[in-house]
Amino acid sequence: MRVLGLDIGSRSVDAVWLEDREVVDAAIADSGFDPAAAARTLVERREHDVIVATGYGRHEARKAYECSAVTEIKAYALGASALFPDASAVLDIGGQDTKAIVLGGNGKVLDFEMNDKCAAGTGKFLEVMARALGFTLEELAAASLSAERGVAISSMCTVFAESEVTGLVHRGEDRRAISLGLHQSIVKRTLSSLARIDARGQLVFAGGVAKNEAVVELVKAGFSGEVVVPQESQTVGALGAALSAFAEMD
Amino acid sequence: MSEQAEVDYRPMWEELGLDLETHDALLGAVGQLYTDVYLTQEDRPEAMGYLDFVMSEVHGLRIKELHDFRAQGGKVVGTFCLYVPEEIVRAAGAWCVGLCAGAEFGYDAVERIMPRNTCALIKSFMGFKLTKVCPYIQESDLVVGETTCDGKKKAYELLGEVHNTYVLELPQMKRPQDVAFYRAELDELCIELEHLTGKTITAESLRTAIREVNDKRRALQRIYAARTAKPAPISGKDAMLAGQVAFYDDVDRFTQMMNKLGDELEQRVADGSGVAPANAKRVLITGTPMALPNWKLHDIVEKAGGIVVGEEMCTGSRYYDSLLPEDGETVEEMLDAIAEKYMGINCACFTPNEGRTEDVVRMARELNADGIIDYSLNFCTPYQMEALAIETAAATSQIPTLKIDTDYSAEDAGQLSTRVEAFLEML
Repeated sequence: MRVLGLDIGSRSVDAVWLEDREVVDAAIADSGFDPAAAARTLVERREHDVIVATGYGRHEARKAYECSAVTEIKAYALGASALFPDASAVLDIGGQDTKAIVLGGNGKVLDFEMNDKCAAGTGKFLEVMARALGFTLEELAAASLSAERGVAISSMCTVFAESEVTGLVHRGEDRRAISLGLHQSIVKRTLSSLARIDARGQLVFAGGVAKNEAVVELVKAGFSGEVVVPQESQTVGALGAALSAFAEMD
Repeated sequence: MSEQAEVDYRPMWEELGLDLETHDALLGAVGQLYTDVYLTQEDRPEAMGYLDFVMSEVHGLRIKELHDFRAQGGKVVGTFCLYVPEEIVRAAGAWCVGLCAGAEFGYDAVERIMPRNTCALIKSFMGFKLTKVCPYIQESDLVVGETTCDGKKKAYELLGEVHNTYVLELPQMKRPQDVAFYRAELDELCIELEHLTGKTITAESLRTAIREVNDKRRALQRIYAARTAKPAPISGKDAMLAGQVAFYDDVDRFTQMMNKLGDELEQRVADGSGVAPANAKRVLITGTPMALPNWKLHDIVEKAGGIVVGEEMCTGSRYYDSLLPEDGETVEEMLDAIAEKYMGINCACFTPNEGRTEDVVRMARELNADGIIDYSLNFCTPYQMEALAIETAAATSQIPTLKIDTDYSAEDAGQLSTRVEAFLEML
């Protein structure tokens, strides 16, 4: 069976094609202003028998392609445990939300926590802060890694934190120290989310923000257990969605 | 929502001092919401036609009935809480109506007089009053408030400035002296109500009122019992609507119509037919009351493929779970029984309140629930604080829980859907 897993997120649309549980192709497209169009391009890129959608656009996709849909929670749990069979927790920091998941065996979700309506501490937050500092996302991470100290950022709200950063720059604060402070504030929030659901053991850190080495380093330093990052951290959800089609058959 | 109405209610609304333009906007929004949430459901029991009709006339026919009753000298008492005993209100010859508190309306006016971080229920009732869109409060000769939480207690002071308001003090513990205190409060309430209606509460009138309200609660108990069946014979949305409408509809008519619904549901159970597949995940919802038209969480759960099988809330089991003895001889004796019964209801405003966690676990078992959603309105400290006790008790009984803190806005609908769907997948 050829399955397309489609993760329609706020910042990117990610696709993974499986043939009998083996990955044969993967792709990432920018969501842009029309995520449905971005998704369609991926759907038409390669033949498939079945689609499973996830991400915030899953219900639209379910209607458009008459396919099934699973939540990002289930998709990340399945994807992460397929890549790391010993995983006992998953952290996904995406463009607009953060999810912490505790796993049972075989990718089963035991507990989870999601940020509520505010996008503080997500990929979008970092994008806005990078812009306020005149950095690209890569430069923001690099600046943070080279910093010797971090400036405490008191606002978690994206809008207020942006003003705070602008104020710090005006006062002549080192941009590297600000960058580290921003990453520290995100990670602090993330770690407390993991602690609330009692995550321990091997943690799979996935989602777009897992590509940011500065965040990864801080999560590793702050988390009690081992932290692993998949090579393709952004397509873990799409992989899990595709795998759910096989889980249905088992 | 007045599409079916041949009658023009506008002169009546105008007479009540409603702001017609804003009121039109409210009715339009609620009508649309009702269509989206209720009328899109499949296989609804036929007897739900009655509640559809009630909702289509929610500010029309029912208000006309209250209006006519008052024109003949009758008195209407508005309440926000089930600790104000309807039996006593009726025994004094008045009608009891629950007041509007379930939609985000007039918050800008409210936030001028109370803090923004007040719970949605309080902001809502004040918003409805200040923007002049709730005909029920306009028809209420007296509002009887209660001291169930700090927010409401202080809000009644503000409401008292714009409406005739009386506050019943509810104790915060359940010791014998607290029950005695509440019992004394009921004496005061009787005097207040007798003064309002000019009638005396007699053993006869109180016994009749007890019987009528018991009958109403019994009809709701039948609906609850039918929901224990797999597959569920009625959606959670429809069943909860019955619990919401119970607060303000004509008692005898409502009881009769809900017994019809009960007959139909029992038949469905006997036939093994239901509104959701037998394998649909069954959810018990517990927490803060859901006043009309707050159908947000039920809608999210059921659109995600789950089925709500029970509500441990004031718009649910806390309202209909217990009955009063019907053979009371004297007013004193019956008031004693009323005090006992109401003080036996397990609201989070009491401390300690172990009875509620026991109720939740018992109901989850009776209803064959796969999971529990603990629902709190933001800034409702009593319920938010009790969330841990519920979660712990449920975990001990191996029932998964999902905790949700929200309000009446649609702002978090997307995130809530994802959390609810993930919870259903997990069960």
